[in-house]
Amino acid sequence: MDSLIKLDNVNKSFFSSLGETKVLKNISFDVNNEEIVCILGPSGCGKSTILNILSSLEDITKGEIKINCKLGYMFQKDNLLSWKNVKDNILFGLKITKKNTLDNQRYALSLANKYGLNDFLNYYPKSLSGGMKQRVSLIRTLSLKPDLLLLDEPFSALDAQTRLSLQDDIYTIIKEEKKSVLMITHDIYESISISDRIIVLSNRPSQIKKEIRLPFKNIKPNQRRKMEEFHQFYKEIFDLLANE
Amino acid sequence: MKSLQEYKDKKKKEKIVILSLQILLFISFFLIWELLSRFNIINSFLFSSPSKVISLFYSYLVDQSIFPHIKTSTIEALLSLIISSFSGIIIATILYMSKYVKRIIDPYLTILNAIPKSALGIIFIIWFGTSLKGIIAVSISFSIIITIISTLNYFNNVDEDLIKMMKILGANKIQILFKIVYPSNLNNLLSIIKVNVGLSWVGVIVGEFIASRNGIGYLILYGGQVFKMDLVMMGIIFLSLIALLMYETINLLQLIIIKRLNYEN
Repeated sequence: MDSLIKLDNVNKSFFSSLGETKVLKNISFDVNNEEIVCILGPSGCGKSTILNILSSLEDITKGEIKINCKLGYMFQKDNLLSWKNVKDNILFGLKITKKNTLDNQRYALSLANKYGLNDFLNYYPKSLSGGMKQRVSLIRTLSLKPDLLLLDEPFSALDAQTRLSLQDDIYTIIKEEKKSVLMITHDIYESISISDRIIVLSNRPSQIKKEIRLPFKNIKPNQRRKMEEFHQFYKEIFDLLANE
Repeated sequence: MKSLQEYKDKKKKEKIVILSLQILLFISFFLIWELLSRFNIINSFLFSSPSKVISLFYSYLVDQSIFPHIKTSTIEALLSLIISSFSGIIIATILYMSKYVKRIIDPYLTILNAIPKSALGIIFIIWFGTSLKGIIAVSISFSIIITIISTLNYFNNVDEDLIKMMKILGANKIQILFKIVYPSNLNNLLSIIKVNVGLSWVGVIVGEFIASRNGIGYLILYGGQVFKMDLVMMGIIFLSLIALLMYETINLLQLIIIKRLNYEN
């Protein structure tokens, strides 16, 4: 089966009056159906650039990209509109993309219902907790029926407790809705907790240092953290990044 | 604090104390003014006194000659407030939408902002006449440039992530403007309009000082020229009252809108 997205020797440079800054160097990887892939790298290494390129906000300098599916994007911040209630926030994506049909609305609200947002539809974002807001944000993204979700450090703005429980929540939702994920993060724990495969990037210009396949298929983040292998992987990746 | 009731009582008490002190300050200001001039500690010819102002006001009220002045100035201030706020926001929108135009216009905005507007006043009076049009033109020149600059500043500070989200969703510039930029700045725009109330009045008074046949600014200037300080003081008191009323109206409007639409802050 074809992969959902495929990057082939992608290079990206930024140009300014000071000269050329190489950000990505010969990046090649793919994401398969129902797979959670994590791009792990130090801050400022160009992880976000990969997501920007995939969502066509930026061009690549060299290489090739194939996108064979519909993409959805979820941000580090919830990006909810403070002047709209939860329901209108969930339907906002449909409205902007002009897909606000009754069927799609029903689908979006059924997702909200399924994942425990039904009692909060008339609430405004300011009265929701951080984890709850992020969940609304995920439902908004899912209501556009994407095949692959691009997650831009979706947990890093949350407090430690919320982060752990939300990782479980989001993992469950993604698996249940049979979505694929490409997530970027700088948090080693997070990457091992949630993904099937980790792509470790080096400092700028980023190259792929190693690809690590994790053997935790269908095991939730909370359970993974209690397993022995978890810590072995942590040590392996830590050493890999420490050599930078 | 032992209970909610106690907390509420304490807050209520605080409120009452502050309000009574405010009223006390108001009364004592006018009382001291009156007494000082009554006992000739200050020269009542130069400083006037509340009783003189009131009796003058009474005579203006009796022959109804005060109303045209108030009406003229209020209409001028209102019109210039509306015109400068709206056209300022529209021009800022155009500059926001076209970064290219903005880069071209930028130095001129800075220059126009730096010029003391009263220096321009004379030009507008010559161009548009000493009637309503001229005064409004002067008054607009006081507030429009700063409206453009601060609106543009607010627009450029809209959360980058929200705009990125819109772009990823495939939204066009108009959608970004109406769905994100305007609604997220509603409160800021209302605050700009509030500031413009004061500026419009400054503009109206300056315009009427330069050349006019009626209005509160005319009354004040005329009073000054004939050394009738009662008239000057009356004009200033009226000016404060009307400007305060206009400001509070927009303040109230802002509170209602923000509460209705559940905006944060």
